Amino acid sequence: MARIAGVDLPREKRVEIGLTYIFGIGLTTSKHILERTGVNPDTRVKDLTETEVAKLREEIDRNHQVEGDLRRSVSLNIKRLIEIGSYRGIRHRRGLPSRGQRTKTNARTRRGAKKTVAGKKKA
Amino acid sequence: MSRSLKKGPFVEERLLIRVETMNSGREKRVIKTWSRASTIMPQMIGHTIAVYNGRKHVPIYITENMIGHKLGEFAPTRLFRGHSGSEKSR
Repeated sequence: MARIAGVDLPREKRVEIGLTYIFGIGLTTSKHILERTGVNPDTRVKDLTETEVAKLREEIDRNHQVEGDLRRSVSLNIKRLIEIGSYRGIRHRRGLPSRGQRTKTNARTRRGAKKTVAGKKKA
Repeated sequence: MSRSLKKGPFVEERLLIRVETMNSGREKRVIKTWSRASTIMPQMIGHTIAVYNGRKHVPIYITENMIGHKLGEFAPTRLFRGHSGSEKSR
């Protein structure tokens, strides 16, 4: 079984897609990795040879920040923004979108499920 | 799109000059500025810069973590006091 960066890859999928199951690797990064290691992107994960798996593992270890490390650096970045009292930090603190999106409507991902406000009709 | 590296970070000339003279004279004074778009540079660490938010100058103590951010990020221009009728205090 191909286990890279602490994640089990889906066995029946093409490597190109399989690698994207690792946090921090999307399709673009995945393609890039396969190109650099010279592994055919069309091989199924279960058909990978041991050497190919080792090559992929080494490439990811050396040149990519994935999984735990990446999650940590993301949360540290957010923590830094909050601590220095920047606008983006304040938006994070309040659980609102931080890139200037509208909040009159939408922004449901950041704000969570709708909470009905009593008496919110006309002034 | 991010700014071209060729140009380097933007800092209002006058602000930078004033910071430099304060550094060479070992002074600590609050500098008032309207230049919210200026990038915070390493020279500014330890100074207090009062950034205009449209109404008044908000004093900001510059720390190392703030380098690379813009001054305006630390002086909010809007004041949200909560919606009418919602008595819930935060």
